Amino acid sequence: MKIFYRIILLVFLIIITPIHSNSAEKIEYLKTDWSFKGLFGKFDRSSLQRGYQVYTEVCSSCHSMKYLSYRNLAEKGGPEFSLEQAKAIAASFEVKDGPNADGEMFTRPGRLSDKFVMPYDNVKAAQAANGGAYPPDMSVLVKARGGGVDYIYSLLQGYEDPPTGVTLDDGVYYNKYMYGNKIKMANQLSDGLIEYSDGTNATVEQMSKDVTTFLMWAAEPHLEARHRMGFKAIIYLIILTVLVYFSMKKIWSRIETEV
Amino acid sequence: MSDHEYTPKSKVGKWFNDRLPLLTLANHLTDYPTPKNLNYWWTFGGILTFCLLTQIVTGLVLAMHYIAHADMAFDSVEHIMRDVNYGWLIRYIHANGASMFFLAVYIHIFRSLFYGSYKAPREVIWIIGIIIYLLMMAAAFMGYVLPWGQMSFWGATVITNLFSAIPLVGEGIVTWLWGGYSVDNPTLTRFFTLHYLIPFLILGLVVLHIWALHVPGNNNPVGIDIKKPSKDTVPFHPYIVIKDGFALLMFMIVFAFFVFYTPNILGHADNYIEADPLVTPAHIVPEWYLLPFYAILRSVPDKLLGVVAMLSAILILAVLPWLDTSKIRSAVFRPLYRQFYWILVVDVLILGYVGAMPAEGLYLLIARIATAYYFLHFLVILPVLGLKEKTLPIPLSITEPVLGGSPNLAAAKNKESFKN
Amino acid sequence: MSEKKTKRRDFLFTATYAVGAVGVGATIWPMIDQMNPDASVKALASTEVDVSAVDPGKTITVLWRGKPVFIRRRTQDEIAEARSVKLEDLKHPEKDEDRAANPEWLVMLGVCTHLGCVPLDQKGDYNGWFCPCHGSHYDTSGRIRKGPAPTNMEIPKYEFVDANIIKIG
Repeated sequence: MKIFYRIILLVFLIIITPIHSNSAEKIEYLKTDWSFKGLFGKFDRSSLQRGYQVYTEVCSSCHSMKYLSYRNLAEKGGPEFSLEQAKAIAASFEVKDGPNADGEMFTRPGRLSDKFVMPYDNVKAAQAANGGAYPPDMSVLVKARGGGVDYIYSLLQGYEDPPTGVTLDDGVYYNKYMYGNKIKMANQLSDGLIEYSDGTNATVEQMSKDVTTFLMWAAEPHLEARHRMGFKAIIYLIILTVLVYFSMKKIWSRIETEV
Repeated sequence: MSDHEYTPKSKVGKWFNDRLPLLTLANHLTDYPTPKNLNYWWTFGGILTFCLLTQIVTGLVLAMHYIAHADMAFDSVEHIMRDVNYGWLIRYIHANGASMFFLAVYIHIFRSLFYGSYKAPREVIWIIGIIIYLLMMAAAFMGYVLPWGQMSFWGATVITNLFSAIPLVGEGIVTWLWGGYSVDNPTLTRFFTLHYLIPFLILGLVVLHIWALHVPGNNNPVGIDIKKPSKDTVPFHPYIVIKDGFALLMFMIVFAFFVFYTPNILGHADNYIEADPLVTPAHIVPEWYLLPFYAILRSVPDKLLGVVAMLSAILILAVLPWLDTSKIRSAVFRPLYRQFYWILVVDVLILGYVGAMPAEGLYLLIARIATAYYFLHFLVILPVLGLKEKTLPIPLSITEPVLGGSPNLAAAKNKESFKN
Repeated sequence: MSEKKTKRRDFLFTATYAVGAVGVGATIWPMIDQMNPDASVKALASTEVDVSAVDPGKTITVLWRGKPVFIRRRTQDEIAEARSVKLEDLKHPEKDEDRAANPEWLVMLGVCTHLGCVPLDQKGDYNGWFCPCHGSHYDTSGRIRKGPAPTNMEIPKYEFVDANIIKIG
């Protein structure tokens, strides 16, 4: 058996080493403390609420979030706006509905059951308005990018002047965290760009963190429930495993030889 | 099949059993004499049954909410994740369950390789196992297409294009597989249908696999034939049931950790981007459990030969019982084979690793060497080793100490017990 | 083996079985609950209907939660008929005043309480509705008078947002 463990260890080292040397070549993302990481990770409610504000006031003019509904804003484990607040938020949007009895489409104030209103009717319209680049839907964006939250958080703060020798076309910007460093979204955030309703100082870093937290929740709305259930499930499994282990010892003790 | 005549005690039981001998079957399964020296590597059969049933139950539930249409598949998966009660849990169990299934099947296969469980008289069990493994790969591949993300779409495109390597009819077959001129809605709906069907085929084959196992009985770490029932065996219930149960729970703790804490780590970020026929992801790789074969495919510079090499790598396993010429089953008594066994394990892990790396430079060279060694192991090393290797003396019974019997003596004894 | 020892062993096995059973139960529940209405279905609670174009003696049918809702502007005769019925004569006694707070408007789930068919308007022996599936007769208040249906047609939760708009749900 010893040789077995030695070989497993060896293989593990073989596999791990190149992965490490590989990641060393990549750029290190900016780090921050995410409250939702870890076994008991939970979202920071006020950060989620601020993040929603950043999304509506900054991102939502180009980026859709088609899988979210206004009712989600009041749901447990999310930003947890009160039902009244969520209704007021929904009602502040004009939603296209219909056809009515005359066969006409019409607009009405949004309701909780409505999906987030999209900035463009379709992908083509979005491309046409953004110089050919489609601003990706942000509902699952965090899960759709290799670096996850760290990548989004860094990207938002990664705008720089291009190094000498790099020429950029019109409508292309330099970002040190973007794959290939060229991004078609201009820098959107600047200190004091928005006024947080809870009075928090709206620095670029703060806004990046808040909106990324919000996007994480958007992509994984049941994260808190998952962490809670996971902890219970694993504790339960450990207890049952221990019980089964002693039952097994008891049963096998009827046989003279060892297991 | 039955080792002794069984008569139910109750009248109703007897009446029923005379018409359908289910109770005899249940009695056979509980009393089934199992070698008492089975170690924990033998618990993976039970774990695999659990994996299959988990995939079937969660898959059934997901199919109630999933919509197999190119325009709606991605949306319906998000609907499951967000709105369906416990939908996120069920989907994450199913998605990670596939990986856990393969993890368990690889351990199961390598256990068999170590202890020579594929050798006579268990060749049919082994071959059924290989067919199950092939079907698992088909089911896993088609299941991965269903969320209709970027990896789904491009994975489907690449894998179906393998068939275009077939001379003359290749292109026609690919068009037929697609039901169009590219992977599209008709492809998705047929993949869904087959993905739903295959697990039930696997279930049927598992029944045959176990049936075929119960004819000669389990192999064991010592690899010798044992009399059953005897001092060397214990009834399956409760001894093996509780031991399998304990191992299963340990396995479930690992499983639960993936589902609840890192549910997406085994997937690809690109699959959360809806399928786009105009853009291929920068770095496209299959799921981890297919990587070794992917590496073999890419290590051959010719399209057709690459596909042939990949298929051969799997099919070669089917003839393994005849490639391995050794009379001794367990590697415990084969010092040389044991070393080659571990080299093979490392070789496959290396193949898996380079399969995930870009096919260029050093990686490609390593992949080629590892591929060559893989075939060398089965085609040259195993046949020669069986004839040349000096094996250790094997005991005559698993309860008695080694009596100094030579391997040849034991082999003769094996033959005798087959006749009985 | 002593009796004491046997007991302890029994306790261990009982505990293992019990804890195992709890786990099985907890695992089965999500598989069952997933078939209940999901969050998006539950959220589609209300529908608003403009009834300004409905004349007396006419019914409109609107869809609410996948079921038809009859909105009938009743005539004076129908109201009088509905209100004059004695409660003793009813299979499922309910006052018309309780079913139609505003007597002119009857808002009712258009689903026969027998086995769920949609009854026909202005048919049957009581000038109300008649279900063609198994012959249930309803009066002008949608109450069951004859036939196999056990109860009156259901009144959903609704309110007049203003004189012309009814919000159902």
